[in-house]
Amino acid sequence: MNDLGKVKKIIIKNPLKLDCGKEISNFPLAYETYGKLNEKKDNAILVFHALTGDQFASGTNPVTNKEGWWSHALGSGKALDTEKFFVICANVIGGCLGSYGPNTIDTKTNKLLGTNFPIITINDMVNAQYNLLDFFKIEKLFAVAGGSMGGMQVLQFVSNFPNKAQVAVPIACTASHSAQNIALNELGRQAIMADGNWQNGLYAEKEKNPDKGLAVARMAAHITYLSKKGLQEKFGRKLQERDNIKFGFDADFQIESYLRYQGSVFVDRFDANSYLYITRAMDYFDLTKKFNGNLSKAFEKSKTKFFVISFTSDWLYPTSENRDIVIALNAIGADVGFVEIKSDKGHDSFLLNVPDFLNTLKNYLSSTYFNLNEKRI
Amino acid sequence: MKKEYKIISELIQSESKTLDVGCGNGELIKYLLENKTINIRGLEISKKNVQNCLSKGLPVIEGNAENDLTQFPDHSFDYVILSQTLQAFLRPEKVIGELLRVGKKAIVTIPNFGHWKVRIELLLKGTMPVTENLPHEWHNTPNLHMCTIKDFFNFCEKRNIEIFKSLALNKEKITNINKSNLKYKNLISELGIFLINRK
Repeated sequence: MNDLGKVKKIIIKNPLKLDCGKEISNFPLAYETYGKLNEKKDNAILVFHALTGDQFASGTNPVTNKEGWWSHALGSGKALDTEKFFVICANVIGGCLGSYGPNTIDTKTNKLLGTNFPIITINDMVNAQYNLLDFFKIEKLFAVAGGSMGGMQVLQFVSNFPNKAQVAVPIACTASHSAQNIALNELGRQAIMADGNWQNGLYAEKEKNPDKGLAVARMAAHITYLSKKGLQEKFGRKLQERDNIKFGFDADFQIESYLRYQGSVFVDRFDANSYLYITRAMDYFDLTKKFNGNLSKAFEKSKTKFFVISFTSDWLYPTSENRDIVIALNAIGADVGFVEIKSDKGHDSFLLNVPDFLNTLKNYLSSTYFNLNEKRI
Repeated sequence: MKKEYKIISELIQSESKTLDVGCGNGELIKYLLENKTINIRGLEISKKNVQNCLSKGLPVIEGNAENDLTQFPDHSFDYVILSQTLQAFLRPEKVIGELLRVGKKAIVTIPNFGHWKVRIELLLKGTMPVTENLPHEWHNTPNLHMCTIKDFFNFCEKRNIEIFKSLALNKEKITNINKSNLKYKNLISELGIFLINRK
């Protein structure tokens, strides 16, 4: 792993009771900010990242030297306009870019925690990040936003802290992980655990990472982020630097080569145990459970304005599941907008250059900010 | 038709909760928000229009009135507006039923197919009417179920729907419609505006 000493962190002193029953305290939460907090402190947006994201949502990630995961949406003049908004993004607990996670050193043993790290949930992640409001002395956020697992955190945040955000933008997500979602995550976990190097999660001691397992997990997951049409258009049956098939198990097809590449670059930036913990947190996510299956109750106390967004070709968190959130909000007369954006780019649409999505989000945020905070009668 | 918006605005009480079904690009919602203290939502089928509305910060949901009104609980709105859209539905009767379930009252406006210009088109030319208000031709019209003011009046009567107010709009002039002037209003009015309720 790269040097994580330089990333910004807050140390959360207050004890946090996790859903699994354990209590943690004095733990680090790594974060990054974009733009400036204004004097009234009413322009802050808390962005939540997805499964393999991190706090470096925009610009160049100093640890991986790659472009931030939401560079299309976040920056000067973009949908989350840093000329206007102050954007905070934290690495979730369980993550591997500086927040308390499996690659945190246990001060008692001086070893990495590995699978001694406690099981965490989306609820725990959100509760940990709530401390950022105190840290920045922000009474109320303008918005909480995120896609995929980030969207789940948006929903959980509003449910836990009903009046701490004026606007909530859950994108391409669900209120309850489906059997298919769990199945796909389990596939990834089994790939990691089947790698001999995994060593019950204590691979750091052997200095050999379960890279093969993690790469396979990533390859499988990557397929679920794209649409069939998108794959077919981009790759079809095109061959990889050869005129004919070779009658072997090399990467004959471009799609194979592409997936292998995705797997290999992923292992350089992500920790296998983090992958296990975070996918588990997603699988445990069911916002309706606490409310006897009635999702509306999760939002009953909130006056937050919702903007739910889904994508036509997203089969991982399809429109129907996003619409369930809208239906639950309508049932309690909440203020909600919803659109399904047309895109062939699958679940990944929220990360990519999809103009209808980015323009609508940009204009929604700026006009809503104006209506709520700038308009004077 | 800004006059139509003004009439609708006058039919709605302040502080009420309103749903605009088939809200298009949100013009009526915007007009009502600017002229009234009102809690309003929109439902719209076209993605482009929905994106347009949301871009203005208007709380609009993408959906089809024929299927997606079911998500709203009974009487969850004080008013449900259906402005010049009834004729475009496959099953207008079902939609009216849903409007009256979701809303305590409904405001329905209809482009009047009984207007004399429409009648003349068919009578003299022998072709399907094309007018300023109904500019489409038979093969490309979105309007599946055109009706006249009289048709809608009779429809309500037969189905035990109470008409609180029925107004006719012609060349920016608003008049009341009642049983005795129905024939005449049906001939000269471009638009009918009805405030209705389930009896």
